Amino acid sequence: MSQIIDRRLNPKHRGQVNRQRFLKRYRKQIKAAVNGAIKGRSVTDTNGGEIITIDPSDTVEHQFHTGNGGVKQRVLPGNDRFKAGDQIERPSGSKGQGGSGEGSASNEGEGDDLFQFELSRDEFLQFMFEDLELPNLVKRHIDGVDTYKPVRAGFTNEGIPGRLNIVRSLKSAMMRRIAMSAPYKRELARLKAEYDTKQHTDEVTEQRIKGLEKKIAAIPFIDDFDLKYNLVLNEPSPTSQAVMFCLMDVSGSMTESTKEMAKRYYMLLYLFLQRNYEKIDVVFIRHHTTAKEVNEQDFFYSRETGGTIVSSALKLMSDIIDDRYSPDEWNIYGAQASDGDNWNEDSLTCVKLLRERILPNCQHFSYIEITARDHQALWQEYSGLAEEYPHYFAMEHIITPADIYPTFRKMFKANQEIV
Amino acid sequence: MTQLISDNNDWSIEKIQAFDLAIGEIAEGYGLEIYSNQIEIINAAQMMEAYATIGMPIGYNHWSYGKKLIQTEQQYQKGYMGLAYEIVINSNPCIAYLMEENTLCMQAMVIAHACYGHNSFFKNNYLFKSWTDAEGIIDYLLFAKQYISECEHRHGVEAVESLLDSCHALMNFGVDRYKRPYPMSASEERAKQQQREIDQQRMINDLWRTVPKALAPGEQPERFLKEPQENLLYFLEKQAPLLEQWQREIIRIVRKISQYFYPQKQTQVMNEGWASFWHYRLMNDLYDQGKIDDSFMLEFMHMHSAVIAQPPFDSPYFNGINPYTLGFAIFNDIKRVCEEPTDEDREWFSELVGKDWLEQLKFAAYSFKDESFILQYLSPKVMRDLGLFSIVDDDREPTIKVDAIHDEQGYEKVREALAADYNLGNREPNIQVVDVAHRTDRTLYLHHTQFNRQPLAANTDVMLHHLQRLWGFGVHLTSQDPTGAPVIYTAGINESRQATRDTAII
Repeated sequence: MSQIIDRRLNPKHRGQVNRQRFLKRYRKQIKAAVNGAIKGRSVTDTNGGEIITIDPSDTVEHQFHTGNGGVKQRVLPGNDRFKAGDQIERPSGSKGQGGSGEGSASNEGEGDDLFQFELSRDEFLQFMFEDLELPNLVKRHIDGVDTYKPVRAGFTNEGIPGRLNIVRSLKSAMMRRIAMSAPYKRELARLKAEYDTKQHTDEVTEQRIKGLEKKIAAIPFIDDFDLKYNLVLNEPSPTSQAVMFCLMDVSGSMTESTKEMAKRYYMLLYLFLQRNYEKIDVVFIRHHTTAKEVNEQDFFYSRETGGTIVSSALKLMSDIIDDRYSPDEWNIYGAQASDGDNWNEDSLTCVKLLRERILPNCQHFSYIEITARDHQALWQEYSGLAEEYPHYFAMEHIITPADIYPTFRKMFKANQEIV
Repeated sequence: MTQLISDNNDWSIEKIQAFDLAIGEIAEGYGLEIYSNQIEIINAAQMMEAYATIGMPIGYNHWSYGKKLIQTEQQYQKGYMGLAYEIVINSNPCIAYLMEENTLCMQAMVIAHACYGHNSFFKNNYLFKSWTDAEGIIDYLLFAKQYISECEHRHGVEAVESLLDSCHALMNFGVDRYKRPYPMSASEERAKQQQREIDQQRMINDLWRTVPKALAPGEQPERFLKEPQENLLYFLEKQAPLLEQWQREIIRIVRKISQYFYPQKQTQVMNEGWASFWHYRLMNDLYDQGKIDDSFMLEFMHMHSAVIAQPPFDSPYFNGINPYTLGFAIFNDIKRVCEEPTDEDREWFSELVGKDWLEQLKFAAYSFKDESFILQYLSPKVMRDLGLFSIVDDDREPTIKVDAIHDEQGYEKVREALAADYNLGNREPNIQVVDVAHRTDRTLYLHHTQFNRQPLAANTDVMLHHLQRLWGFGVHLTSQDPTGAPVIYTAGINESRQATRDTAII
């Protein structure tokens, strides 16, 4: 009689460990492929994983075998034309199937295809943000609503049957029994000792002894109030939260492609923050001569013209921080993208705003300048800030979309120095 | 009137049970001795995982299994490959995995094929009987997994991984071809393993103890090895001077697993042929008993013909000789020769003619391996049916020559050539340890004995590094190219010190 077992519900992913081992081993190649992929595709498309191709010759598991040459004999099926002694042209390309022999044909057969496979989204992001690190400490704050974690908190007299603590209950029952029977036992011992010394029967004493023994026997083994339950409390668990300010110049000089590049940068930052914080707010601030808080759609797609006053956006940002995002509770990240245009006199105001109102409250503030032209006043002024606050302020220059990811990596390279 | 087991093609545990019972009864009637069956239903993902670990139900962790898993998943998802209907494991009880995607008809066929065909082969074939231990394998794999993961904790994943890489590279050179290893249970193995550790620690390796004495004039230094050793992993496990005990144990584990699979490599044609013969037979008997109906039978015939299809050599689907086809054809032919011999058969197989086919079939299946089985039983009729012909590719000749075909003059030659194809000794290069420079720099000397002037492949240098990693000192391999000129591969040998190595080596 055979035994039939349904294993379909067994835990899956028995092979996951081996898959991770594989990914680890080919980290370098996969990393290169991931970098290539990021350059090629829009980062907004981050819901899927990525098809990774690595050179199959890297993953070959070697064995001793024989190479081409010498005499090889082989038996093949399906003869419909040959007679013994026939000569067959050797297939061109010495690795041909016909006669070059089993050795190379069968052993390398599986390696012929490109070694392609799909990274899951998590694995993809893992490789993308590997050895990057968010600068500066992460503040944690009790958010009040988000999550509770059940914690054990000793014992209680009331509870649901499922939480009954049997050991505790029986211990307390035993304590009660000992306590309740103690006076009777003491009396009983005294009577018995008396009884023994007197050496004669005494109706009354005998009665009392029997009575006491009955009383002791009547003490219940377990009682309602012996029952003890495990107490479980819901403890609010601190969630870490961050707010990300996206600042962008939308003046006439910013073209669609510049905005697209800025958008990719914001997406990268967002994804990166997402890996580190459970809750992230995003605030979009766009500006030309005046700044305005908008939704994502307007931020990226509505078009305006006009001059540029960067400080208006910085001012709005610091106002919003004061208003809604107390630095005690929030990790604040700023990311500003611009083509570098600004009113010359305004750049000094920007630096002042950053230095006095924004940087002291921020975890990190990054500025990317997307332009093929020479730097202007804003860049010059910011350069001073970058030296002053090396761990809080970063600025980079981007010309083509391919620069975005390397730039991003440069800004968040793990631990240049620990602050 | 017997009843149909099922009137539709959806399977359920009860129906599988009913089929197993019915098939088991018929198989018993044929006197097939089997291990008790353990049929496990799994889904596609689990099947792919089983693929990746070459069917080992419990496998230690290694990146190469991850690679196979990824490859399988990728090919399966792209539709390049279907999954096998089943995987069967040579253990007692005999574990067979059935895919949940199979129809009831497929499940029935798979039960006949794996649980009665393969199972009886595992239990009765002399190679399996004497070289593998069906009782202990699951326990042993469990021990291996635990031991290796313990090593990973103690010595780090990387150290274990690189060791396993080298062991896997030499896996085909980790089998005893002639000596029978002792089967062992896991508890014995554990006890023995501890004992080995103690013993080895106590023993001072010969390689360390030897203080070279000056040789008398004319005296040859004594060879380290009395005889060459073909089991490279065994040699390294026992003799590599620098290995730590856990490393030796891991080499041993890989060696044991390789040894366990060795009979399967040697009996592919027979094993699949036998299982196919029986699934064909048992399903037909079910039909004759009225337990399955026409539609069921048609589906079965369709699958069966797909399984034993042999594309001709010039077909784009050609991928070598299909072991199912060849084995199925030979076993069927043995039966035919016993029952309805022709004059040709009387001449070729006088010992079979008129005998009880079942007895002859069992004898054939239980007493041979592919090479000898083909040599013994491949009949002219099967060669004609399959259109077998033998070609010789000699690199000194301008063309490939058709050596022999399926005709009167060619039968013997084709048969010998095909048998030689299944001789593992011809497929893998013959490389043996011949000596160790135990008096000087401990270089390991190996020698490759050519077969048909075939040279070693281009990756031999990589292989030498694997050997060197395990041996711990220089490695030196002599071989020849197709013209017979000597070729020497080395790894880790300090050039300046080469001059000082022992004289009279090779």
